[in-house]
Amino acid sequence: MQLSREALLQAYRQMKTIREFENRLHDEIALGEIAGFTHLYAGQEACAVGVCEHLGPTDYIISTHRGHGHCIAKGCDVVAMMKEIYGSREGLCKGRGGSMHIADVNVGMLGANGIVGAGAPIAVGAGISAKSKGTVSIAFSGDGACNQGTTFEAMNMAVVLKVPVIFVYENNHYSEHTGVAYAVGAESILDRAGAFGMKTFKSDGIDFFAVYETMREVIEYCKSTNLPAAVELDTERYFGHFEGDPQRYRGPGELDRIREERDCLKVFRERVTEAKLLEGTDIDAVDAEVVALIERAVAEAKTAEKPKPEHVLEDVYISY
Amino acid sequence: MAIKMIREAILETIDAEMARDENVIMLGEDIVGGNGAPGGPEAIGGIWSTSTGLWAKYGGERVIDTPISESAIIGAAAGASLTGKRAIAEIMFADFIGVCMDQIWNQVAKFRYMFGGKSTCPIVIRMVYGAGFNAAAQHSQSIHGFVTAMPGLKVVMPSTPADAKGLLTQAIRDDDPVIFLEHKALYAIKGEVPDGEYLLPFGHARQVTQGDDVTILATGMMVGFAEKAAKQLAEDGIGCDILDLRTTSPLDEEAILDSVERTGRLLIVDESPPRCSFATDLAAIAANKAFASLRAPIEMVTGPHTPVPFARELESAYLPSPDKIVAAASKLMSYRQG
Repeated sequence: MQLSREALLQAYRQMKTIREFENRLHDEIALGEIAGFTHLYAGQEACAVGVCEHLGPTDYIISTHRGHGHCIAKGCDVVAMMKEIYGSREGLCKGRGGSMHIADVNVGMLGANGIVGAGAPIAVGAGISAKSKGTVSIAFSGDGACNQGTTFEAMNMAVVLKVPVIFVYENNHYSEHTGVAYAVGAESILDRAGAFGMKTFKSDGIDFFAVYETMREVIEYCKSTNLPAAVELDTERYFGHFEGDPQRYRGPGELDRIREERDCLKVFRERVTEAKLLEGTDIDAVDAEVVALIERAVAEAKTAEKPKPEHVLEDVYISY
Repeated sequence: MAIKMIREAILETIDAEMARDENVIMLGEDIVGGNGAPGGPEAIGGIWSTSTGLWAKYGGERVIDTPISESAIIGAAAGASLTGKRAIAEIMFADFIGVCMDQIWNQVAKFRYMFGGKSTCPIVIRMVYGAGFNAAAQHSQSIHGFVTAMPGLKVVMPSTPADAKGLLTQAIRDDDPVIFLEHKALYAIKGEVPDGEYLLPFGHARQVTQGDDVTILATGMMVGFAEKAAKQLAEDGIGCDILDLRTTSPLDEEAILDSVERTGRLLIVDESPPRCSFATDLAAIAANKAFASLRAPIEMVTGPHTPVPFARELESAYLPSPDKIVAAASKLMSYRQG
């Protein structure tokens, strides 16, 4: 394990921020505070953070409709994100994107995306830029998106063009409400990705350290060869496909078992305290700091300036 | 000024912009051609001869032959353009837009607005469109109507070599997504092209002929048809005010309304089918904003509401023609107000 104490605290802080952000959104949505569709990422935090802790601002990521975790892990402003989800003019996208379209190109975050599978081809293009900068481009996809034709085109194109694109498949076992065993025709996602001629990697997506170490290897490989690669991270989703989804497709006790046995924050805490890398009190301090941050984000979001009707015509190329 | 074909003007413009800015890249199917084949790269040089020689000059990192993967072509152009490049993507036939519609409609067209104005996507999507080659229903369509209907896209339709140069230079330097439509039947037409740097701003129609009787609005191949019709109409003493709109978005509404207010008669010539189309949009604008000036109902000469047919006789029947334009203009002139 090569992470410094500061790096460990930062990784945990990012994971905890995502968890707290999501838990709080879950509550606020139930209260009717937030409009539109929201898809929560909680449970998968080790994936986003394990990947993004390796990246700088000119490494690019593109995300999915379940994008909050990737945005936070890549360094988007958390308060501005909350304001965006509340539909404020002060939001990261001036209240025009909402939960599903948060982006900040300045930190290399090319957007959450409302269209399943749309991100992979765009990541190939970011890979063209990344290649000239010595960085990498990462396409986050779920196990559902891996069945879209766009993903196949993107994987083949990345191999043909020899660009450093990493297709990260976060397998949370559900594409919307359908199980992966039904929806993926191949034996595994990676079997299929490998058939495009890419090197493939697999990791437990619950264990931050496993993700982090795997991604270090993958990124080194892609940077040194300028070739793409595919990674499958086995993970879990706590909330439904969208907020309000009663999850009737889950098995009895499934979610309780997952939360008890496969919680990435618990796993992280156990690992670092047992190895005496951090004290429990260190982690408690981060928890308190994050809770305060999210409390502030929600409070500011609730009172932030709302857009005015005339703002609908801002940032259009042509106004009719 | 030298006399050039449109295809030469396009190739030279791309060449000049690639030389000027190392961030300009180009990608598409067979834009090099011959890669991975015994003939070797540049065996084809682009099936439209609009990229010949560029691969040898700028290399495979900037002139990128792609697999047949339209979604990935547009997506890759978009991703590159979000991260510092200026990508020119070629869709070999505009009809294939259906394959990559999500990337154009939901991605490229929406980034700037949806991301709060903080992202630009300087991408030019060149598409080859139009009928006249007996290429039948899946290789002959005019798609400007529905891309014009998509907020977030600029749409360009040059009809002369000079305009092709000026508008394409503008398109490549523009920070927003541009759909650049090249009519396959116009590639070989010739005209004077200004030397050196030449830019034409979007949203300005070109006055093709001046006349006081009928306003004719046209784009692409229809401009030439309208000119032929106008010569015949002039012999009958009917003066035509032809506007080549050049860009359908932004649209030069001012020029259109000025002309309609002067002539009182509007004829719209468009290659697409007539329903929910670019022609009906122009008619609605004129009816809405120049109603008091109209001395006759607005006339449209368009394709019928069918796919583009194959046989010569059928394709000719499908397309607008100078004769149909003459007939429509004469009808306008014969109309008497109540």
